[in-house]
Amino acid sequence: MSENQNPTPGRDVTTTSGAQDPERFTDPGVPAHKLRLTDTDPAARRRNERLVVLLFAISCLGAIGSIVAYFAVRPDGTTEGVRLSTIALGVTMAISLLGIGIAAIHWSKSLMSDHEHVDERHELASSPEVREVAVQHLTDGVEDSGIARRGVLKGAAVSALALFPLTFAVPLISSVGGDWNISKFRHTLWERGTRLAYDPTGRPIRAADLTVGSAAHVIPEVPQEYMESHEWITEKAKAVVLLVRLNPEDLRSDQSPEGETWSYDGIVAYSKICTHVGCPVALYEQQTHHLLCPCHQSTFDMADGAKVVFGPANRPLPQLPITVDDEGYLIAQDDFAEPVGPSFWERLK
Amino acid sequence: MKALAARRHHRAAPVVLMLLALLLTGGVYAVLAPSPATADTASTANDVEEGDRLFQANCATCHGPNAEGTSQAPSLVGVGAASVDFQVSTGRMPMQANGPQAPQKPPQMTEEQTAQLAAYVASLGAGPAIPTDEQVDGAEGDASNGALLFRTNCAMCHNAVGAGGALSEGKWAPPLYEVSERNIYQAMLTGPQSMPVFNDANITPDEKRDIIAYLLEQRDGSAGGLTLGSLGPVSEGVWAWVVGLGLMIGAAVWIGAKSS
Amino acid sequence: MSTDTTASNSGAPTTPAGKAADYLDQRTSVGGAVKEFARKVFPDHWSFMLGEIALFSFVVLLLTGVFLTMFFDPSMALEEYHGAGPETMQGQLMSVAFASTLDLSFEVRGGLLMRQIHHWAALIFMAAIVVHMMRVFFTGAFRKPREINWLVGTVLLILGLAAGFSGYSLPDDVLSGNGLRITDGVIKSIPVIGSYMSYFVFGGEFPGDQIIPRLFTVHILLVPALILALIGVHLFLMVLHKHTQYPGGGRTDKNVVGYPLFPVYIAKMGGNFFIVFGILALMGATMSINNVWNYGPYDPSPVGAGAQPDWYMLFLEGSLRLMPGAGMEWVIFGYTLSLNVLIPAVVIPTLLFLFLFAYPFVEAKVTGDKREHHVLDRPRNVPVRTGLGVGFLTAFIILALAGSNDLIATHFGMSINQITWAFRILFFVGPVLAFLITKRICLGLQRKDRELVLHGHETGRIVRFANGEYIEVHRPLDEQERWLRVNYTAHKPLEIEPATDARGVKRKGYQKDKRWQRLSRFFYEDRVEPVTPAELAAAHSHGEHDEIAAERKSPEVTTGAESVERER
Repeated sequence: MSENQNPTPGRDVTTTSGAQDPERFTDPGVPAHKLRLTDTDPAARRRNERLVVLLFAISCLGAIGSIVAYFAVRPDGTTEGVRLSTIALGVTMAISLLGIGIAAIHWSKSLMSDHEHVDERHELASSPEVREVAVQHLTDGVEDSGIARRGVLKGAAVSALALFPLTFAVPLISSVGGDWNISKFRHTLWERGTRLAYDPTGRPIRAADLTVGSAAHVIPEVPQEYMESHEWITEKAKAVVLLVRLNPEDLRSDQSPEGETWSYDGIVAYSKICTHVGCPVALYEQQTHHLLCPCHQSTFDMADGAKVVFGPANRPLPQLPITVDDEGYLIAQDDFAEPVGPSFWERLK
Repeated sequence: MKALAARRHHRAAPVVLMLLALLLTGGVYAVLAPSPATADTASTANDVEEGDRLFQANCATCHGPNAEGTSQAPSLVGVGAASVDFQVSTGRMPMQANGPQAPQKPPQMTEEQTAQLAAYVASLGAGPAIPTDEQVDGAEGDASNGALLFRTNCAMCHNAVGAGGALSEGKWAPPLYEVSERNIYQAMLTGPQSMPVFNDANITPDEKRDIIAYLLEQRDGSAGGLTLGSLGPVSEGVWAWVVGLGLMIGAAVWIGAKSS
Repeated sequence: MSTDTTASNSGAPTTPAGKAADYLDQRTSVGGAVKEFARKVFPDHWSFMLGEIALFSFVVLLLTGVFLTMFFDPSMALEEYHGAGPETMQGQLMSVAFASTLDLSFEVRGGLLMRQIHHWAALIFMAAIVVHMMRVFFTGAFRKPREINWLVGTVLLILGLAAGFSGYSLPDDVLSGNGLRITDGVIKSIPVIGSYMSYFVFGGEFPGDQIIPRLFTVHILLVPALILALIGVHLFLMVLHKHTQYPGGGRTDKNVVGYPLFPVYIAKMGGNFFIVFGILALMGATMSINNVWNYGPYDPSPVGAGAQPDWYMLFLEGSLRLMPGAGMEWVIFGYTLSLNVLIPAVVIPTLLFLFLFAYPFVEAKVTGDKREHHVLDRPRNVPVRTGLGVGFLTAFIILALAGSNDLIATHFGMSINQITWAFRILFFVGPVLAFLITKRICLGLQRKDRELVLHGHETGRIVRFANGEYIEVHRPLDEQERWLRVNYTAHKPLEIEPATDARGVKRKGYQKDKRWQRLSRFFYEDRVEPVTPAELAAAHSHGEHDEIAAERKSPEVTTGAESVERER
């Protein structure tokens, strides 16, 4: 045991001469050990020992308390009940854990020796002799296998090793991406005549029911049972639309090409999927007609063709062309003219 | 009295007198100042007429003498009693200073005055009426359906449990914990300020009550303990750093410190 | 002190413990390991426990994670919920993953506690990794021979991000679902393969019905296995290298000064584990976290205000928020390149991690230093490194704050648009300013150290000389204090060979050397040399009166007033 081997001053510095090197100070060595109260006073020692015992005892009580809490505090399904059970179990658990932790550390700090020890370090690099032997072993191995001489064999081995991962990768990769048919990005459930319905209730929307200043979250009208399938969730992820009704004179422009009308009497419908990275853009500010995305704050002007007025989005939200049917319900004229949501490499292809 | 008389030459006497005078003036003013309005509130004979007078005194500067709207404020023709009741009973109107939006503040009008103003504005054009107590009774609503509707229509601005959130250019969607059931209903119905309108075709009266039921449910706090403001991962992260890592580093400093 | 428990006794054991040890040693030669490690010395300092906090949080994550896997069902099948969960969820259509999250929170006793401990532990795990890396960076503990361990640690940081992100998405709620949707948007922006990558990840179109089971496998198998393996490597290298130590008397690159592993360090480390676990239990018991029933089951239409990821991903969120979109989507030969997504979500994080990976090697190169280092640097003694570190952190913090800009807006009554603009500018200006200021502060502190070594502490004692002049008496530093302040190397910029050799032929590689030299100048042009004994002696030759004065000798002036150190 190398207890408190203070290096003698000067041992670790480059100079060996007794005189002070004018360029470097000498290491004064490890500072002298200071005695603690528990080193000198047996009463303090006993006191600390009792404290550690007490802390362990508190920990025991915490653990027992946790078991008691488990049986005594049954959550009754209400917020209140679950909260009480969580607190009771958690606090008793914390007492049992912190008791052990604080006790162990106090024990080590006050009762175990606090003399500092000094270990030597050794250079990590292997010695030249060891290296030489290692290199020799490798050379012998290479020589023995003859890999350097037998070119064809080397090529065959490398080929086999390079090809075998395919047996694993091909089945995996071909299946992991479903049908790999990325053209699905281009189409949504909307088609000519699909009624617009309120999300999530599915009630169709009558144009006359919309007050100026209204915002409605819209899905295509589909059968109720379809709405309980996964396919619906995936389709909904592209099809959701935000519908607002403005004063017709406030509507400066929309995206309809020359000769067509995509909006109806101040009612405009735009894809709710942000053209930035696809968050649902949904914060409609009635007074400014701005639509704000809560994820990255892209802001679109609903009165002006959903143009980007702020934030990281680059393109306007695609517009859903709408009109009304004979019964006065809002219907789509067609699917979106461009893919909804974030840009992708083949978007314009 | 003798003691008082003895002290009237005291050095502080003028100060005390002045304070008393100020107090008296303030008190008299407090009683008399709103007299044009309060003096007549006893008579409920003609609410519309009273409302008109209140409107001319408090609102006409911005909304125009006939509530037709000006460049500074919108027309109030056809906004209905519900809108007035919402704006005035939450203290948003009359507005005190121009800003990105009218903040909530202590109501400036009594309930009676609010009702008179509402009656006046309702007389200008048909609009949504103030909902009845039954319509806004959350106990009658279905909190689960309310959760569904709130999530789609409201959570993007007001946060998932109604803790509020930011809008653009310094505007914000206020937290809903303290808002009365009636005001929640009216806000949906009338679409105050930045908020869009959710009329009865979009969210039916029953569904509005479901949403109120959901919001009332949130006032019980969280099953997991302190809600930390229900602001989501950012506030959780701040607490993890400050409380969690703070305590642990504190413990590490204690472990690493030499015992005395 | 119980040193007799070691198993390598040559005599026949008599105690039960001794017999057991003997049994074991005969079969495993464990005695050698105990001899090697039981009294291994570890230096003691609170900042050496930051990595421990990360390690212990990870252990807590494993423990609570096992609990949670017993009750969690990672299925995306849909069901109408009628269970023990809250009133607001009854009758709603949701995935089995979400429903089982509700059940394990509300029906399983202690389940919510375990879930909350697990999530808090994840946040603390990442936070502890970050502060641990800060300690390692600022003290230069990544220098030779520890460069590889720094790389292992940085990979662990990235794996921690992967573990956190995959776990956060498992409950299939609206908040994390929107996080996945953003991920999908980012993946789609990758040139050429983006659309196919999206199909690869989601098994078809987003969201599909595959992603939760896939993330589950990643979260409970792949990533934890990798983390465990790398923690093994990390700790093995730590033991092999022996821990670094702070500078001080008797601490050199050839020794390690501290306390023995057994029993002191075992007690302290074990105790620290229980303290970390205890604090996490307390947090899980009293502070709610990620109440998924507030967000509701995933539905692609809704989104909540305050849509943010957990804190360690906030820098990415902020990066996405700050990037202006105008003019940033390029169409090249009909193919779309979304720089407004690629730059903030792919390029910026790549640059940040590249800095972390490359820094130790760049610094070694510009320092021209091939020695082993086991004594840590005081951050002030390496001003450029400290400045770069603070600049890096500033960039990271600005991005994280930008990711919280909506909450900053509501809580400080500001406009979100203005905050975004301020952060856009600060992202470029902030790190540079932070670098310059930090470097100046470091150089200032070094000068202060020199000053202190040369002239000693101010004592506050004013002495008047016979000629009427006042001076403040300075007390010289003791040798430990002095050694701490003079024991460092102020590196100089690299010297390179001239452009042409003796015969005037142009040297190959000169341009490359020149570039490195320029970088080296950036690092070491400004430096403060440590005080040498000669300088101290020179200062004392005219300052010895301080010592005389300090010893309360006669303050008689013998060599003129100008030789006395005046208070500045």
